[in-house]
Amino acid sequence: MSKIFEELTREAVNTPKIPCREFINAKLGLVKLNEEKQKYADELSTIYRRESGIFDCQIALCKGTGCHSSGESALYNKIDEILRAKGIREKVNIVETGCRGFCEMGPLVEIFPQNVFYCKVKPEHIEDIINKTVIKNEIIHELLFDGVQIAEEIPFYKKQVRRVLKESGHINPENINDSIVHGSYQGFMNATRMTPEEVIEMMKASGLRGRGGGGFSTGLKWQFTRATDSAKKYIICNADEGDPGAFMDRSLLEGDPHKIIEGMMIAGYSIGADEGYIYVRAEYPLAIHRLEVAIAQCTEFGILGKNILGTGFDFTIKIKQGAGAFVCGEETALISSIEGKRGMPTVKPPFPSTSGLFGKPTSINNVETLANVPLIMNNGIEWFKEVGTTKSPGTKVFAMTGKIRNTGLVEVPMGITLREIVFEIGGGVKDGRKFKAAQIGGPSGGCLTEEHLDMPIDYDSLQAAGAMVGSGGLVILDDKTCMVETARYFMSFTQSESCGKCIPCREGTGRMLEIMERIVIGKGTMDDVDLLSELAQTIKFASLCGLGKTAPNPVLSTLKYFREEYLAHIVDKRCPAGECDALKTYMIVPELCKGCSKCARVCPVQAITGEIKKTYIIDQEKCIKCGACYEACPFNAITVG
Amino acid sequence: MTTQYMEINNKKVEITGKEKNILEVARGMGIEIPTFCYHSELSVYGACRMCMVEDEKGNLIASCSLKPQAGMKIKTHSKKIMNTRRMILELLLANHHQECTTCVKSGDCVLQKLAMDMGVKKVRFKPRKPWQDLDTSSASIVRDPNKCILCGDCVRMCSEIQGVGVLGFINRGPDINVVPAFGKLISDVDCVNCGQCVSICPTGALTIKDDTLEVWDALLDPTKKVIFQIAPAVRVAIGEEFHHTEGENYLYKSVAAIKMMGADYVFDTSFSADLTVVEEASEFLNRVIKGEKLPQFTSCCPGWVTYAEENCPDLINNLSSCKSPQQMFGAVFKKFFAKQMNISLEDMYVVSVMPCTAKKFEAKRPEMSTDGYQDVDAVITTVELARMIRKMGIKFEELKPASLDMPFGFSSGAGVIFGTSGGVAEAALRYAVEKLTNETLDDVNFTEVRGLDGLKEATFNVAGHEIKLAVVSGLANTQRLIEKIRNKEVEYHLIEVMACPGGCIGGGGQPVPNTAAARVKRSKGLYSIDATSTVKKSQNNPTIEKLYAEWLKTPNSDEAHYALHTHYGHKRRIGGMEIADAAEGTTEKVIISVCVGTNCYLKGSYDVLQELIALAKKHGVEDKVEFKGTFCLENCSNGPSIKVSDDLHKYGVKKEETEKFFTNVVLPRIK
Amino acid sequence: MEKTETVQEPLRNFAKVKEIIEKFGTDRSALIPVLQAIQSEFRYLPQEMLSFVSTAMGIPQAEVFGVATFYAQFSTQPKGKHIVQVCDGTACHVRGSSEIIKKFKKDLQIPVGGTTTEDLYVTLETVSCLGACALAPAVVVDGKVYGNVNFDDVARIIMTMKESDDE
Repeated sequence: MSKIFEELTREAVNTPKIPCREFINAKLGLVKLNEEKQKYADELSTIYRRESGIFDCQIALCKGTGCHSSGESALYNKIDEILRAKGIREKVNIVETGCRGFCEMGPLVEIFPQNVFYCKVKPEHIEDIINKTVIKNEIIHELLFDGVQIAEEIPFYKKQVRRVLKESGHINPENINDSIVHGSYQGFMNATRMTPEEVIEMMKASGLRGRGGGGFSTGLKWQFTRATDSAKKYIICNADEGDPGAFMDRSLLEGDPHKIIEGMMIAGYSIGADEGYIYVRAEYPLAIHRLEVAIAQCTEFGILGKNILGTGFDFTIKIKQGAGAFVCGEETALISSIEGKRGMPTVKPPFPSTSGLFGKPTSINNVETLANVPLIMNNGIEWFKEVGTTKSPGTKVFAMTGKIRNTGLVEVPMGITLREIVFEIGGGVKDGRKFKAAQIGGPSGGCLTEEHLDMPIDYDSLQAAGAMVGSGGLVILDDKTCMVETARYFMSFTQSESCGKCIPCREGTGRMLEIMERIVIGKGTMDDVDLLSELAQTIKFASLCGLGKTAPNPVLSTLKYFREEYLAHIVDKRCPAGECDALKTYMIVPELCKGCSKCARVCPVQAITGEIKKTYIIDQEKCIKCGACYEACPFNAITVG
Repeated sequence: MTTQYMEINNKKVEITGKEKNILEVARGMGIEIPTFCYHSELSVYGACRMCMVEDEKGNLIASCSLKPQAGMKIKTHSKKIMNTRRMILELLLANHHQECTTCVKSGDCVLQKLAMDMGVKKVRFKPRKPWQDLDTSSASIVRDPNKCILCGDCVRMCSEIQGVGVLGFINRGPDINVVPAFGKLISDVDCVNCGQCVSICPTGALTIKDDTLEVWDALLDPTKKVIFQIAPAVRVAIGEEFHHTEGENYLYKSVAAIKMMGADYVFDTSFSADLTVVEEASEFLNRVIKGEKLPQFTSCCPGWVTYAEENCPDLINNLSSCKSPQQMFGAVFKKFFAKQMNISLEDMYVVSVMPCTAKKFEAKRPEMSTDGYQDVDAVITTVELARMIRKMGIKFEELKPASLDMPFGFSSGAGVIFGTSGGVAEAALRYAVEKLTNETLDDVNFTEVRGLDGLKEATFNVAGHEIKLAVVSGLANTQRLIEKIRNKEVEYHLIEVMACPGGCIGGGGQPVPNTAAARVKRSKGLYSIDATSTVKKSQNNPTIEKLYAEWLKTPNSDEAHYALHTHYGHKRRIGGMEIADAAEGTTEKVIISVCVGTNCYLKGSYDVLQELIALAKKHGVEDKVEFKGTFCLENCSNGPSIKVSDDLHKYGVKKEETEKFFTNVVLPRIK
Repeated sequence: MEKTETVQEPLRNFAKVKEIIEKFGTDRSALIPVLQAIQSEFRYLPQEMLSFVSTAMGIPQAEVFGVATFYAQFSTQPKGKHIVQVCDGTACHVRGSSEIIKKFKKDLQIPVGGTTTEDLYVTLETVSCLGACALAPAVVVDGKVYGNVNFDDVARIIMTMKESDDE
């Protein structure tokens, strides 16, 4: 059918300046199967008008979760209100997009053709924005980031290579036409002109590796699944993004759900599956909503269902919601969850490619991996390999959070150095503090320190350094962050998310957590350090699944690079970063103390002594570090450190 | 085809490609890789991580889930593996309530054995879980969560092999636990007391209810006349408790031991099995001739009876009304021989030694009594008998065999084979065929029903009658068969059901390990005894003949029905589930409780309830009536069931009858 | 969406549960969506309802209960009228969520070891990562997201929550 399309439109002239209605209708006639062509013709023509400059102006409002929670709706309403009052509503196209990535600075507003990028916009700014920027093309400098007008010029965006995130923040994810115009489903059509085996070879040659953290060759995984003989097979999209501090997949699903749907279709075509599941965590209601809208529109357009676009290929997608279990991000646990059971991993072998969902061969792929697939099919292997390293081609999306100036979503070439990400894109450490470490890979990952700042970020380099790329969570820690407490925090997370099935993880991580908790309150011993290592070995080697196997990583990594902090906690009973409550020292500064006795009165253990109008003193032996005196002192004469 | 090889511990091992996993291959070459959660009959779980082996690259893999492949090089022990196993044991011991000196599992406990083998002397961790009370609510099983290592064996056994699923995992991570549904007591849920969970539990978390102390009291009480009966399956297994091989017949040593313990009489349950054959086969022939109540299900397995009462109310009337051999024995003594032997019911104490834990529950059923005294006073299992023998200091190996007392020590081979799956059917056939043909049956061997397969079928043409037989063991197999029968996919006349795989020889009270291999040997042992017995048919047992002559007159007579037959009821599958009332203090209202348990629900009780509510509105009496949904009024075959206020009578109200019920029963009650 | 009052109208409850089961079907893979729908409707999973689900879907009671207690989304205990969720994901943790959790616990008078006040007024939960990391620390009250919450905001948030009672 797409051949007919090409024939028909070969002679048609269609440029942004001169949009061709026939072109639009021809495209519609092939994509749309039911009668209401006119409605869609109008919608598509709206897009063409925007692209071709027929709208006088387009305002893009970021409606990712972050900006949405910060009041994007209020902005939309205000803009709408004012434009109507001025009678220019039809001349301006307001697009509510997915995550634009620069979350720290939200709500974000981008205006074309002026190409102005405004940050931290509030409803009270709207009047000015419309009067000055929209109508008079004037720039409001106070709303710019560091005085930079164009988004791509901002250091945050400059070093990024936004491939999978390209449309995110520019298109309306709840309008399939937007995605189609930007190339969605062309990749699928290309794939259907090849044999499944050829598509798989192409995937293998591209070097695309699993972006969920495993780094396994996507093409190879599909090959194994294809190789297993079965009438029924499944493709599952793992959208259970459970790493705390990671929101890459969420943003992709919210910003450009069609990329993922297309990726699944191509995967299904390759492995021989006619049914796909998207397993999304329930904590992502907006992503679920966008997916539901996208799937419904695809079904209406005949892009999902039987004999898709005349290719003879059938494919449908169901959405399954997670119910709050991090472990369900592990493939066999995920399968158990879809099957209606407790989300506990099962033994491998058999691997899902042999026996997966409902016992059928299944390929489980991460959201970002699937988003890359249509791009490769559309633009080719060479294009994909232009960016990245030889063994880790392509880009990686990172969610950068923590003590960093510019938190947000970034997409960078594999092989970029940590220094570039943190200092150039991230804008450096917040509040001017010193960089201490970057926790990469969430609770399964390790930390990278100053000595790694110039190391390239790719699968193999990180593995050699005892860390892992993980799903993309990148938390920046400064000198006021206690590494021991950070390790304890991750251990605590792992214990509470452990499914409890196997002994090394259930019992082992619990015991490691006990030790870490002892250490942060100053009750650790040197034997504890040895025991930590011993437990870590058992858990690493013997756990049933990836959650367990990688659980000791934060502890092992911090022990390796910050051993002196552990020793300070154990031997000196001191927290060098000043974070651990129990090891804080409360002291009264004599020069500031007025002798009012307020602190002594509130102290629950009578650890403070002194005379009225004379300096009071805290008995460190008795002090239980509750902080009551600190809160009570009206002269800020008490220090904590 | 060239032979395939792999290497284990640098030794070449031949592999056929049919081996399930490396663990079994290693077993074949004499290396027992430690494991808590791998059992060849259950699904592979992979939770304990003890069976890890090391490959060439130094990676640890679980041997229970790894299939052998040509060229594989595996080590079953290395420093890494040893350290891992020790740490796992140490972690388990930290949470385990260690009372090895008095724990009944001591000596059979896998945790104890492995800890000893690995030399785990020091536990560097303190217990992290709070104390959980023991569940002693069941007549048959005791649950001790403080010894549970969460291996999940019991969960899988009860779910996969028995199809009941009493026990399940709850919560996650450190809070994970194995409990009955909703954390209730075992006696409040649908446990059938088969004890298969006890057999498979590697520690003392699930054990058999100890009734030995009661029995000692009786034995040492000069006023009591203690009468023992020993079940067939016990004799071929008791030897295992004393280092003998499975399947060898140690009946006479057991008799000697029990006599030494102080019993007054020691008889054989096989005798009353003969009685059961006569009664049940006669009942069967009656049904065949009349063409009613078929298929007939055997009823000697109390696990199956409980299961049927809970799950198959539509088949309750198909169960044979005969009591089990254990209960017939007790009834015969308390209802007849007490007087003959001049022993008062108060002084007579009947003990049965059984391979079965469910028999403890059966003996306590209220209908199994005479004038206020239970027909069987106590049931002890094979392992409990062994414990009693050890307690007395008797050296079993050195015992001289003693003979059973007469006349109830005499049994036919047919009675003995009751203990194995297919035995009851074969014994019944030996009677039925002879009766139908009116000719002496010379070849008594019906090998078609022998063997340890879960389901066996056979058709016999006897004197113009076609008799279709099915023999099933294991409750999951039973459930599948029942579904087929309900769907009319298959048809049988007689069905023997044993809850335990392989029949009683695999019962929950038998010595552990209760493996398939052990069961095969025990079963063979019983057929050997049958082969060498002088009397092979129940009807030729002279004691049985005498019993009928002196008391019972004929099979299925009134006397027989009084003493040897019973009735069944409906049993709810979960207790304590009343739905909250809408308001308090409304005693003047008429309370209508409608059952929404499975059977009633499937029959439309929910719609009945809705209609009643609508009727109440229509008649304007909503404020005088209170509607409740409730679980299981135990009136399943008459459902949908309704209870009105505190009436004892339960109404069965079909959808079409709702309005009539409301008008005739409810309205008059409203003042 | 109208939320049915729990335990007060047992019969309307069963009608709803039956509707839910009819919508999703009785296949085993429908169990979690069924429980999610029941949880959404009644704010928790009452035991009788789990028993009903077990009966209607043909799944052993112990297994239904096992699934209900495995996932963090499900609660077998009644929840409060208001639900306060404080995110303790990495980003929020690093930006001080522990202090905020402590303050909420104290100000809302949550009993030790529990999550809900005795009068079932409010439930306080700690969740691992809402995916709003750029707004760390984040707090969600009855579905409304508050970002960049600091210690002093706690009192204000609680007051807003209490004010909504009168609406």
